[in-house]
Amino acid sequence: MNLKELVPQKLQEKFPKLSFEFVDYRGDLSVKLEKEHIVEVCRFLKEEPELEFRLCVDVTAIDWAKRKNRFTVVYHMFSLKHNFRLRLKADVDESECCIDSVTSVWKTADWHERETYDMFGITFNNHPDLRRMYMPEEFEYYPLRKDFPLMGIPGSLPLPKKD
Amino acid sequence: MGLEAKLKEEGFITSTIDAVIAWSRESSVWPMPMGISCCAIEMMASGDPKYDIARFGSEVMRFTPRQCDLMIVAGTVTYKMAHVVKKIYDQMPDPKWVIAMGACTSSGGMYRSYNVVQGIDQFLPVDIYLAGCPPRPDNLLNALIQIQDKIGRTKARDFQDKKLPELTVVPNN
Repeated sequence: MNLKELVPQKLQEKFPKLSFEFVDYRGDLSVKLEKEHIVEVCRFLKEEPELEFRLCVDVTAIDWAKRKNRFTVVYHMFSLKHNFRLRLKADVDESECCIDSVTSVWKTADWHERETYDMFGITFNNHPDLRRMYMPEEFEYYPLRKDFPLMGIPGSLPLPKKD
Repeated sequence: MGLEAKLKEEGFITSTIDAVIAWSRESSVWPMPMGISCCAIEMMASGDPKYDIARFGSEVMRFTPRQCDLMIVAGTVTYKMAHVVKKIYDQMPDPKWVIAMGACTSSGGMYRSYNVVQGIDQFLPVDIYLAGCPPRPDNLLNALIQIQDKIGRTKARDFQDKKLPELTVVPNN
């Protein structure tokens, strides 16, 4: 059976109470769900023998700036067994800017989530080591947010003194 | 240089101490290859037999700053890297010179962005700004020759009794 049909079917079978939103765009399937259930759904997708999404390709986010739920966290995963790619999306609001970490499912997600935290300021609950990835630890802003100016905030990044 | 012929003829030559010191300094400029990104490839190419930086006495690229007197900053310097570059520069013994190789180092180049230092002259005294993205090896050799000219015009006393810089220690993240 084609995974494009199997994934929605399996998810609805396993989680009958959750509301999923399936979008097929240009041949790629995306699944939208509520952020509270992200870990259990990810674990199911990884461990279900007929799906086996063993590889977490990326965890990233989108800043919609003015929408009600400001951020969308996006998980890209890949099933090596079936050569099939899947996107998982969960909305996160600015007032409660956190989502559960999927590091307990895929260890790879560790650095991906750190990067997302560094760039967007979304905290990942239960993350083993949530530090900044690129920016200095004492930096106070999140560069990929839409309200961050391209040239940065003057004086926010220290430079060595010229002798 | 025809020196031998002259010595044979007259037995001695006269010069000033300054000229001799400057001449020996400019003839063996030891570069510190601060290769951070793509410019470093062209810097390496300038050491190969085709361009041969050895012709100008600068083939000894030292990977320790303590033995260098010219820092070639080759590549994009981010704010995080700036502290490293400065730390290495501070460790070089005086007198020392700096080439800002390429567009990124000179002005931020195409990285007009929050994370890239828009010109390393904000924290380093730059002697030569080298245009190009990346500059070709012959362009780097040209910069080296310019530096040699500059060194040749110095006097030994210019560098005497210079105050040592205080080393700034930035804690690592």
